[in-house]
Amino acid sequence: MQPDGFPWLSVLIFLPLVGVGALYITQERYAREIALAVTLLDFLLALPLWWLFDPSSSRMQFAEHAAWITSPPIHYSLGVDGISLPLILMTAALMPLCVLISWESIVTRVRTFMAVLLVMETAMLGVFAALDFVLFYVFWEAMLIPMYLIIGVWGGPNRLYAAIKFFLYTLAGSVLLLVAILVLYFYGGHTFDVLALSQVTYPAVVQQWLFFAFFAAFAVKVPMFPFHTWLPDAHVEAPTAGSVILASVLLKMGAYGFVRFSLPMLPDASQAMTPLMAFLSITAIIYGAYMALAQVDLKKLIAYSSVSHMGFVTLGLFVMNQQGIEGAVLQMVNHGITTGALFLCVGIIYERTHSRLIADNVGLAKPMPRYATFLVIFALSSLGLPGTNSFVGEFLVLVGTFLWSKAAAALACLGIILAAAYLLYMVQRVVFGVALPRELPRLTDIGFREFGILLPLLLLVFWIGLFPNPLVSRMHSTVTKTLETMARTKVAPISHPSAAATPPVVLSGQTEDARP
Amino acid sequence: MTSYATDLIIILPELIVVAAACLVLVLDPLTPLSRKELLAWLSLGSLALCIGLTGGQIGVMNLPLSAFNDLVVVDGYARFWKLLLFGVTGLTILMSLPYLKMEGLHLGEYYGFILLALSGMMVMVSGADLLTIYLGTELMSLSLYVMAGLKRSSPRSLEASAKYFVLGAFSSGLLLYGISLLYGLTGGTRLSTIAGALGTKGFDDPMLLIATILLTVGFGFKLAVVPFHMWTPDVYQGAPTAVTAFMAVASKAASFAAFLRVFVEGLGGFKADWSSLFVLLAVLTLVLGNVVAIVQTNIKRMLAYSSIAHAGYALIGLVAAGRSAGESGGTSGIASVMLYLTFYAFMTLGAFALIAMFRKGGLEGDEIEDFAGLAKRQPLAAFVMMVFMVSLTGIPPTAGFIGKFYVFMAAVEAGLSWLAVVAIIFSAVSAYYYMRVVMLMYMREPEVSAAEASHLVPSPALSIVLACAVAGVIIFGLFPTPVVSLALQSVLLLK
Repeated sequence: MQPDGFPWLSVLIFLPLVGVGALYITQERYAREIALAVTLLDFLLALPLWWLFDPSSSRMQFAEHAAWITSPPIHYSLGVDGISLPLILMTAALMPLCVLISWESIVTRVRTFMAVLLVMETAMLGVFAALDFVLFYVFWEAMLIPMYLIIGVWGGPNRLYAAIKFFLYTLAGSVLLLVAILVLYFYGGHTFDVLALSQVTYPAVVQQWLFFAFFAAFAVKVPMFPFHTWLPDAHVEAPTAGSVILASVLLKMGAYGFVRFSLPMLPDASQAMTPLMAFLSITAIIYGAYMALAQVDLKKLIAYSSVSHMGFVTLGLFVMNQQGIEGAVLQMVNHGITTGALFLCVGIIYERTHSRLIADNVGLAKPMPRYATFLVIFALSSLGLPGTNSFVGEFLVLVGTFLWSKAAAALACLGIILAAAYLLYMVQRVVFGVALPRELPRLTDIGFREFGILLPLLLLVFWIGLFPNPLVSRMHSTVTKTLETMARTKVAPISHPSAAATPPVVLSGQTEDARP
Repeated sequence: MTSYATDLIIILPELIVVAAACLVLVLDPLTPLSRKELLAWLSLGSLALCIGLTGGQIGVMNLPLSAFNDLVVVDGYARFWKLLLFGVTGLTILMSLPYLKMEGLHLGEYYGFILLALSGMMVMVSGADLLTIYLGTELMSLSLYVMAGLKRSSPRSLEASAKYFVLGAFSSGLLLYGISLLYGLTGGTRLSTIAGALGTKGFDDPMLLIATILLTVGFGFKLAVVPFHMWTPDVYQGAPTAVTAFMAVASKAASFAAFLRVFVEGLGGFKADWSSLFVLLAVLTLVLGNVVAIVQTNIKRMLAYSSIAHAGYALIGLVAAGRSAGESGGTSGIASVMLYLTFYAFMTLGAFALIAMFRKGGLEGDEIEDFAGLAKRQPLAAFVMMVFMVSLTGIPPTAGFIGKFYVFMAAVEAGLSWLAVVAIIFSAVSAYYYMRVVMLMYMREPEVSAAEASHLVPSPALSIVLACAVAGVIIFGLFPTPVVSLALQSVLLLK
């Protein structure tokens, strides 16, 4: 890790906190503008990282390193690699949209809401950039209270229940992580440095226990199949910005935890657990899709579709080959964009009809044609239509899975079919359905603000869908290195001989196919 | 070589506190009712002097000075606790200023008793002889019995005082009995003598087992460790809130300090034996404290159970110290207890200070429901309370997290990962009742009209106390290194 001249990451992470200070020294009526300015500035600051990032290097870049606590040695160390870079950029890009979507829908305690959003941004960026395990844990946990407040103060009618459920679930999951971190410290040579800890081979029994502790924290956040029950409640009750942050960023943290910590640190245990993880992932894919089919509430439908889509992510991670992991990371970004966009769409229509029920929002194509266009495109992207972003991610995951087990890939494919079913069924009713002959509120189509919210996401959908290479090439060497780190153990990871050898060829070929 | 004069100089801070206490008691009748706060300023002045004296020795933290034929020792360990106790006492006096005025308690002797209790605590943390420690404990307890009953118009306060007295006297008796058994076994009450005479004896000697249990019970009452916690909720609820804060923080810290010194310096020879005894107590305390706190409706009672639970976390540090093998001498375990109680002091003191001045039409609003909708009425007060609740839960970036971090670290180091897991699961349980306060403040509307709703009565003294507590919680949550290194320097070694 070479120290870089300009502390990009520190500025990125702590700028929102400065923004909180600015919110409280100015008048409340400027809260929206200040929050928007701060998040936009943060995004603009994050953008150069995309070009400054050296795709050929698997090392941590923009690294910062400073002593924080001397005994035990805990460092303030930050850095990004090909896995965290896309997630940081996605987070920074989504935050201005979250502020914009809350422009009119949040009317009470606006300043507090914006302050809490900015604190969230600091914590989320910190999670993706932290390279010290304790620092990571601090950011990870620091997110709980702001999210608790977002759901509980500005949420829907059943918000108290949803907020405390979210809080207790995630807290209970992540406390075990702390013990695991401490155990790692003593086994891994008295350090909390994530990179150093990833170089140590731990005894098999220890790996098993640590894996379960990590699993408790990350699986709740993802959420994986049996631990997903907080998600529909939290999504439904949260305000739109909260749902977007939850779906787009918070869920990624669980998957990020798996790929950053579980895989490189506990390769043997991950290896041993692959069948179980694949089983849970495929269950989540199919179960989530079935649940989505049955929903009458738009937000719940998208929430369950998240469970299904995140199943692809964990599946890709745990088949442990180049395509699988690259697909999973790509899918993390895609899900952030597409599902975030869908939640934004629901938020926009909720502002107008004050109902999230499908039955109350029927036949929007006529009164709101522009809105309907966006909704259809995002729905198609979510179901993985070739040419859109999700197709690339899901395809890579399925290729990786196919190399691991053909049966598993076949089962996972069911998820795509079901996704087409529940999303098209939703589109059919919401966009093209025939509205019941009763009094509907006068619907106005989306204005400039809402157009501006959805358009960037639309561009991202097609950009990643058609030209995934810039993104994939940035994560390529990092994923290779992760797999190499895993392979250092006595047991070689299961990866198809051809898997690691020729990924660029596979990629470019598949991109060609992707064009409709 | 120690002449009488040097002995006196060594215990100069104690002498100053006692002299100030006597001065306050003498001046009390001469001070007009409206000027009683002068006595508080006098007490604060004496504390400032003590902080200066002890704080000046930070540079030579590890230099042990003994006085009175080794009855008293002023080592780094004692200095650490004394600094903490001075700080806590100072903040308690500050918060009492508006509180006593609000309650109409114009009692100058209140400050005298606080200082007397403080001098008792100072003797406890400096005692190198079981009898010195016993004397300190009694001085502290007797002053606290009186203070618990100072709100004479309130039956609850009187009940608290009587209950505290009866149980406290009983536990003191047990403590003394344990001391006499140890004396019979070893022929001395000096901790060093006891350690030397016991040698490698363990619990296979039934007399030693009984003596240890009696000592544990005696201290267990002071620490409010399950199953000796029964008095805590009633006393904490009934006593004037400022006194409750003092009991929950200062008396707990001093008792822990003495408890650790007795078991580390006197009974360290069979650490494995007592640490397996304390494992049981720690788990019981964690489980009962956290589970019963969930069903409380009165915030003082809830914090009483929470303070029981926190004693359980601190006890884990001692267990870890006892279990640790070889070279390290249990350093991290003992240091973790010291750190835990330091951080605990800030958050608990702050929470109680806020509750003390939280009023519902002139009366104390100490039902948890009274906090409903506070964020709308007084956003800053709600935020401050939220910081304390978050810290008590142990969520970063607050001091409460750092405290737990070090305790769990010591436990994992000593090979007690399972204990850390149990403790941390119960800290997740504790989130339920701490977050309920946050939930009420931020997410609920009060059921009464705005005029009747309870609110925080602001005052300069209270602002100082809350600012100190919040600053402590957040600054030590972000930059704990100074306190950590101080604790590591002044830790007792377990041979």
